[in-house]
Amino acid sequence: MFYREAGDFKTSYNEDNQTFPILFDRYRYYAVLVVAFAVIPFVVNDYWANAIFVPFLIYAIAALGLNILVGYCGQLSLGTGGFMAVGAYACYKLMTAFPDVSIVFHVIGAGLVTAAVGVLFGLPSLRIKGFYLAVATLAAQFFLVWLFNKVPWFYNNSASGQISAPERTVFSIPVTGPNTDAWAKYMICLVFVVVLAWIARNLTRGTVGRSWMAIRDMDIAAEIIGVNPLKAKLTAFAVSSFYVGIAGALFFAVYLGAVEVGEAFGIQKSFLILFMVIIGGLGSIFGSFAGAAFLVLLPVLLKNVLVGAMGWPTDLAAHLELMIVGALIILFLIAEPHGLAQLWRIGKEKLRLWPFPH
Amino acid sequence: MNKLAPLALGAALAAGPALADLVFPDLSYRTGPYAAGGIPFSDGYQDYFTLVNERDGGIGGVRAQVIECETGYNTEKGVECYEATKGQGALIYQPLSTGITYQLIPKVEADGIPLHTMGYGRTSAANGKVFEWVFNYPANYWDAASVAIKYLLEENGGDLGGKKITLLYHNSAYGKEPIRTLEDLSKKHGFTLNTIPVDHPGQEQKSQWLQIRRERPDYVIMWGWGVMNQVAVQEAANIRFPMDHFIGNWWAGAEHDVTPAGMAADGYKSLNMNKIGDLPVFEDIKTYVHDKGMAAGDGSNLGKVLYTRGMYAAMLAVEAAKTAQGLHGTPDIDASMMRDGMEALEMTAAKMEALGAPGIGPEFSVSCANHGGSGMGIVQQWNAGEGKWVALTDFIAPDDAIIDPLIEDDSMAFAAENEISLRCE
Repeated sequence: MFYREAGDFKTSYNEDNQTFPILFDRYRYYAVLVVAFAVIPFVVNDYWANAIFVPFLIYAIAALGLNILVGYCGQLSLGTGGFMAVGAYACYKLMTAFPDVSIVFHVIGAGLVTAAVGVLFGLPSLRIKGFYLAVATLAAQFFLVWLFNKVPWFYNNSASGQISAPERTVFSIPVTGPNTDAWAKYMICLVFVVVLAWIARNLTRGTVGRSWMAIRDMDIAAEIIGVNPLKAKLTAFAVSSFYVGIAGALFFAVYLGAVEVGEAFGIQKSFLILFMVIIGGLGSIFGSFAGAAFLVLLPVLLKNVLVGAMGWPTDLAAHLELMIVGALIILFLIAEPHGLAQLWRIGKEKLRLWPFPH
Repeated sequence: MNKLAPLALGAALAAGPALADLVFPDLSYRTGPYAAGGIPFSDGYQDYFTLVNERDGGIGGVRAQVIECETGYNTEKGVECYEATKGQGALIYQPLSTGITYQLIPKVEADGIPLHTMGYGRTSAANGKVFEWVFNYPANYWDAASVAIKYLLEENGGDLGGKKITLLYHNSAYGKEPIRTLEDLSKKHGFTLNTIPVDHPGQEQKSQWLQIRRERPDYVIMWGWGVMNQVAVQEAANIRFPMDHFIGNWWAGAEHDVTPAGMAADGYKSLNMNKIGDLPVFEDIKTYVHDKGMAAGDGSNLGKVLYTRGMYAAMLAVEAAKTAQGLHGTPDIDASMMRDGMEALEMTAAKMEALGAPGIGPEFSVSCANHGGSGMGIVQQWNAGEGKWVALTDFIAPDDAIIDPLIEDDSMAFAAENEISLRCE
């Protein structure tokens, strides 16, 4: 009923193969875009931008990046936090070295730097896989954090070892620094998210994505049918790190404004983003968004309900929050090991037939 | 729509502050590896406001309201807490975290809400010419480093030449702050400085203490916080490092840091920016707050080192609010009036006596150019037998000849980076 397909005929291969083949789905997607671009910027305030939308959008980019590596190419990585740190520090160095260049280029530059570092740490994936690779990327995580703590050049010799984002603009509207308006922060992140999600979607359904998935499903078989594992694995690492680096750059420059590497990009960040990917759904673009939303928004919601509405002590609420989020993660994964994206897919299937199931 | 939006998330039922209330957000942390320090501080902070409400009927007749928000010492949650509370008329922020302080400094400058980072945060914020909205009186990290060295100088007859001093620090902005000061001091006094980092949260320090055992420094100075302190004291006991040659800074010198090591911690020294011991004001807190069942937390922390410091922080905020009320002739002050009050704050011995806390801190006055106070600190020692801290010295003044140029350099660099023009001479 909700997903009525009657009269929605596809007459070409392109139409049949589009991202949202159902008309209703497509309109809903356009509606979401219209709301995101034309409504939210006008009503967003500091709280909604800084506590909800900006972290959600940035974590969605990071989850997209990790999903390309883990979900599409099957290369388990625990180094996401470290790669985000590369993005943040690259962005900081670029911002301070070239103050007159638009921040957009710095963020993309940070992504490129991270892609290079990611390829470097992806080299072991040619020989090892699974848990062994996870441990190798874990080494990247610890090494990178140690490096950014150790070498003063990365934080421009500041006394505290912190990096803080100076004011930078896009079309002379400040998007970093303290005088940034809520809507500007939101818009810059939104633009990056939309463009990157669009690219990811198209990469994953083209040749590159197919070779990634072939490697994921069975690397030997993929090699036999002519997929070059070196190229497939390293492009997955490069693209994934590019996304994660952009997420790190935005996380530092737009969201927080000042960052301490051990605290912001520690191992817990790697786990958080991996959980987003697992809960959202491996190998799904929508899943990356769902996972990010689940892990960013749920704790804030719980806090507001428990402390704000019910007036419970803050420490009790903080402990309960951990327990509730943990329990929900386990519940979701028991109910649907393929994550929220799969739940959504099944729900859609059911709605297409509703109210007349087979 | 804008104002209502956060409420839609479920806060709708929360009792918003009545307009007349003076709002003091408390970005506390009662969970995580730093909770041991966060809990007593927050208890003391809240209890003092409750006392002022119950005993005096508020500040200048207006009730104070504390909004608590749990940060877990995490910067992202700290930002969330700041954004969630700033719209409710917040007068002052005291986050008790150097990481969160660095996040908030640009934000408070833009939003016009004063930030008080008592003995932590960005040290060069002591230069009020650059940092209009940030205060760190009565003392800062560089003062602490200098006070520690001055104490050691006194102990060694004024000469530290050839001595080896190791700094064991939390590998974060907080822990790195004293390094530059100690380096300058080592040049001036001729001791060798060796620095050893401990990574967050600090439960694993075996290799660091092996290194200390190998190098045999004359003194170990520690910049630790949370679980790191307890582990360090225990590890020092394990390698039989002489406890009276081990000095923590003022965030590494509370009861919970030394009690886990038992008698082994006897003799451990630390700095403090507030005097300890029985103060008359504790009696009032007992009668007006705890006996009425209004204590923050479980009420077990009354009189402890960090409880006293939290109370002292609240006391300074209340005094600044009173000063602001006097300056502007209205009891209903806003954040910018609060800032004026903080800039005109003067803490004299008579004032502290009248507040029931004689000698709780050094005498100091704040001015446009100096947001840092006097910078004095004391050295205290843990007596494990009696289970209490004993003050060894009176307030020691830091070496301004070393610190002032450092503050000038760092704050001017900040001013240049952010294109800030100086407010006063």
